[in-house]
Amino acid sequence: MFEIVKKRMLGPKVFLMDVVAPLVAAKAMPGQFLIVRADKDGERIPLTVCDFDRKKGIITIVYQTVGAETERMSRMEEGQCFADVVGPLGNPSDLCDLPIEELKKKKILFIAGGVGTAPVYNQLKWLHDNGVEVDCIQGARTKDLLIFEDEMRAVTKNLYFATDDGSYGIHGNVCVALQQLWDEGIRYDHCVVIGPVIMMKFACELTKKLGIHTIISMNTIMVDGTGMCGACRLLVGGEVKFACVDGPEFDGHLVDFDQALQRSRLYKTQEGELMLRLTEGDTHSGGCGMCS
Amino acid sequence: MDIDVMKKVPVSEQDPQVRATNFDEVNLGYTKDEAVLEASRCLTCKNARCVQGCPVSIDIPSFISRVKEGDVEGAYNVISLSSSLPAVCGRVCPQETQCEAQCVRGIKGEAVSIGRLERFVADTAKEMGIKPQLPADMVKKGKKVAIIGAGPSGLTCAGDLAKMGYDVTIFEALHKAGGVLVYGIPEFRLPKDKVVAKEVENIKALGVEIVTDCVIGRSLTIDDLFEQEGFSAVFIGSGAGLPRFMNIPGEQALGVFSANEYLTRSNLMGAFSPDSRTPIMRAKKAVIVGGGNVAMDAARTAKRLGSEVHVVYRRSEEELPARKEEVHHAKEEGIIFDLLTNPVEILTDENGWVKGCKCIRMELGEPDASGRRSPVPVEGSEFTIDCDAVIMSLGTSPNPLIKKTTSGLEVNKRGGIIVNEAEMTSRDGVFAGGDAVTGAATVILAMGAGKSAAKGIDEYLSK
Ligand SMILES: Cc1cc2nc3c(=O)[nH]c(=O)nc-3n(C[C@H](O)[C@H](O)[C@H](O)COP(=O)(O)OP(=O)(O)OC[C@H]3O[C@@H](n4cnc5c(N)ncnc54)[C@H](O)[C@@H]3O)c2cc1C
Ligand SMILES: Cc1cc2nc3c(=O)[nH]c(=O)nc-3n(C[C@H](O)[C@H](O)[C@H](O)COP(=O)(O)OP(=O)(O)OC[C@H]3O[C@@H](n4cnc5c(N)ncnc54)[C@H](O)[C@@H]3O)c2cc1C
Ligand code: SF4
Ligand code: SF4
Ligand code: FES
Repeated sequence: MFEIVKKRMLGPKVFLMDVVAPLVAAKAMPGQFLIVRADKDGERIPLTVCDFDRKKGIITIVYQTVGAETERMSRMEEGQCFADVVGPLGNPSDLCDLPIEELKKKKILFIAGGVGTAPVYNQLKWLHDNGVEVDCIQGARTKDLLIFEDEMRAVTKNLYFATDDGSYGIHGNVCVALQQLWDEGIRYDHCVVIGPVIMMKFACELTKKLGIHTIISMNTIMVDGTGMCGACRLLVGGEVKFACVDGPEFDGHLVDFDQALQRSRLYKTQEGELMLRLTEGDTHSGGCGMCS
Repeated sequence: MDIDVMKKVPVSEQDPQVRATNFDEVNLGYTKDEAVLEASRCLTCKNARCVQGCPVSIDIPSFISRVKEGDVEGAYNVISLSSSLPAVCGRVCPQETQCEAQCVRGIKGEAVSIGRLERFVADTAKEMGIKPQLPADMVKKGKKVAIIGAGPSGLTCAGDLAKMGYDVTIFEALHKAGGVLVYGIPEFRLPKDKVVAKEVENIKALGVEIVTDCVIGRSLTIDDLFEQEGFSAVFIGSGAGLPRFMNIPGEQALGVFSANEYLTRSNLMGAFSPDSRTPIMRAKKAVIVGGGNVAMDAARTAKRLGSEVHVVYRRSEEELPARKEEVHHAKEEGIIFDLLTNPVEILTDENGWVKGCKCIRMELGEPDASGRRSPVPVEGSEFTIDCDAVIMSLGTSPNPLIKKTTSGLEVNKRGGIIVNEAEMTSRDGVFAGGDAVTGAATVILAMGAGKSAAKGIDEYLSK
C-alpha cells in the first residue's frame, strides 16, 4: 500500500512524489489535503493533494523539506511505501461549488508563493479542464525556486512571475506584481492566495485595499486532521475555527494572520533539535545550546 | 491472609513518588490469591443488584463465583457473553457509581471490588491464551455491515455482529484502532500494547476487518457504503468531536492546548517517550482547566512530563466530575487542586508565550433547576497563577463531518445524532451509538450502545 511510484526533485529542497492511494485519488477535489506518515513511528504530516489520477488510484504531492519529518520523507525512494496516507481531508475549494457559467463570468487571479504553487496547480487544472480561464502570479525568492513552470503555463491564460531578486519576471514579491498589474488597468474580482502565511498576510492586506474578494488556504499545525484535537485552530472574524474541518480555505480578509504566524512557531525549537539529530547524526557534537 | 470482610482486599499500586515520573501502569492488579480472597466476599445474591448497575448487565455473581473456585476460563466466558472489552472496563469503568454502587456489601462496608476482579479475569485469560470464540452453531448471514469508528462502541457492535454471523468491516479515520482508548486515556491507566491492542486483536480474531486511514464523509460517504460497497447496514460510532474553548483573552497564545491535543500527542503519537518524533511541550508549570476524567489524565500526564501541575475547577471538590479514584491518585502524585476558581484571561509575554493564568475565585450560589449549585464569581478576587502552559479540558462539541455529508441524518440541538430505541437514526439502515449520540460519556455506556445497536441491526436485517 501507499507505494511511491515516482519521485522527482523539483528544486532545492522541493520534492514531487506520486503515491498509490486509491481512496484519496477517488474522492480528492481541488483545495483538499491528505495526511501522510512516512513510517510506523512517523509524525502525521498534512500536505495538499497537488494532483490525482482517479483511474490509476495515484495522487501527487509536492513538498518542501522544512523540518525533520519532511526531510525523512525526502530520503524515501521509488518502490518504498509510506506507512499511512489518509484523505482527502478538509473542504473542497469554494470555486468547485459554483456553476461553471458563473465561474466563467468571474475575473479570477491566483497568487502562488513557493510550494504553494502545488495546491494552486490543482485548482488551476480543474478550472482549465472545465473551460474556465484564469490568471496567476507565481512568486519565489529567486528563479531557481520556481517550480512547475510548464505545467502552470498549460493551465493559465496569463502566467506572471515575480522574483524577489529580479532574476525572472517582475522584480519584487507577489504584492509588487499585483500592484503593477492593477496599475496597468488589469482588474480582478476574485483572488485565491496560497503560500507562506506571511505572504498570504501581505497579499490580503493589498487585495483588501483593492477591494478584491480573497480566499486563502491555511497551513496550521495539525495532528489528527479529522476534527478531534483542536491543534489547527485559528481566529476567523474573531471566532475560533478549525482548519481541518472548517477549512483549510477561509476568507482571507477575516483571518487573524498575526496569531496564525505566532502559533506556527510553537514547536520550532524542539523540531530544530530533531532536525540536527537527523542531519548530523552521530557527528553532532552539541554546543549549539539547543540540545538537552 | 487475614481479611476484614467489610473492606476490599487492597490492590498493589506503584509508589506515588515513583510513578509520578514514569508512564507505567499505576494499579498493578490482583494476584490470584488476592482475587480469590476478594471473590469470597461476594454473597452470590439471587437478585443481584450489582448487575442492574452494570450498563451491559454482566452476570457478576456468576463470574465471581467461578473466580472463587479458581476457574478463570469459566469466569471469562461468563463475562464474554456480555462484554467484549473486559480488560478495559475493569480498569476504567466508574465502578463506584455503577455496579459497585449497587452491591449489598456496600451498605455496611465496602462493595465487592467487581472492577478489579473483572480486570484480573481478563488479564489472566489473556496470559493463558484464552480468546473469545465464535458460537459453535453460528450460521453465516451473508450480509455486510459497516462500522464507522474503532472506539469502544464500534468495536463492541462489530464483535457482537460478527458473533451473529455478519461480515463486518470497521472504518477508522486514524492510523490505529481504539478511539479514546488509544489517543485519550494514558498508558499509566490503560496500557496500549498490553491491553488495548490485545482487545482489538480479539475482535479481529472474530473475523472483523479493520480498515484504518479511512475517514467516512471524506474517503467514502455513507451513501457509498450502501451503493458502491454493498453494505446492508451502517453503525456510526464516531465519538465526541471537537474540543471546546472558553473564549477568554489569550487563548490563542503559545502554550495553550486542548487536552485532546496534549493527550493525543502523548498517547497516540507516543510523545511522552524521548525517542518519539512528535513534539510535546514539557512545561515548567501547567494549569489544567476542568475537573473531569480528561482533566485528570492531562494533569497526570503533565506531571509525568516534569511539570508542576495545578487543576483549576470552578466548583468544589464534591462536584468534581472525575472518578474519585483518579482524583485520589492525582493528589497522591502531588497535583495541586485550585477549586472554586475560574480562569478569566491568559497572560502572555512579548513573544506570545503563556506566562500566567489570571483567575477569579468562585462561590456556590443557589441550586439551579438541575439542583446543582452554580458557581458565581466573587467580585474583586482576581489573582494570577504563574505558568507556561494552560491545558483546556472543557468537553467537546460534535464533529460536523458525518452529519454534513449524510443527507437525512437528524441531530439534536447539541449536535448529537438522534436515534430510536433500536439505536436507528432518521436514515433507514443507519444506526448510531456512543459519544456521537450522547456527547462525551463513558466507555461502558458506549459499549452498551454498541451492543444494543448490534441487536437493532440484526432485527432490521432479519426482517
Ligand atoms: C492543509 C495543509 C496543507 C499543506 N500543504 C503543503 C504542501 O502541499 N506542501 C508543503 O511543502 N507543505 C504543506 N503544508 C505544510 C507541511 O505540513 C509542513 O511543512 C510540515 O508539516 C512540516 O513538517 P516537519 O516536521 O518537516 O517540519 P517542522 O517545522 O520541523 O515541524 C514542526 C511541527 O509543526 C508542524 N508544522 C510545522 N510547520 C507546519 C506548517 N506550515 N503546517 C502544518 N504543520 C506544520 C509539524 O507537523 C510538526 O508537528 C501543509 C500544511 C497544511 C496544514
Ligand atoms: C482523556 C479521556 C479520558 C477518559 N476516561 C474515561 C474513564 O476513565 N472511564 C470511562 O468510562 N470513560 C472515560 N472517557 C470517556 C470514554 O473514553 C468515551 O466515552 C468513549 O471512548 C466513547 O466511545 P465511542 O466509541 O463512542 O467513541 P471514541 O472512543 O471517541 O471512538 C470514535 C472513533 O471513531 C473515529 N472516527 C471519528 N470520525 C470518524 C469518521 N468520520 N470516519 C471514520 N472514523 C471516525 C475516531 O477516530 C475514533 O477512533 C474518557 C475520555 C477521554 C477523552
Ligand atoms: S463492565 Fe463496568 S459496570 Fe459492568 S461490571 Fe464491569 S466494571 Fe462494573
Ligand atoms: S451485589 Fe455484591 S455481593 Fe451481591 S452478587 Fe453482586 S457483587 Fe456479590
Ligand atoms: S488537526 Fe486536530 S482538530 Fe484539526
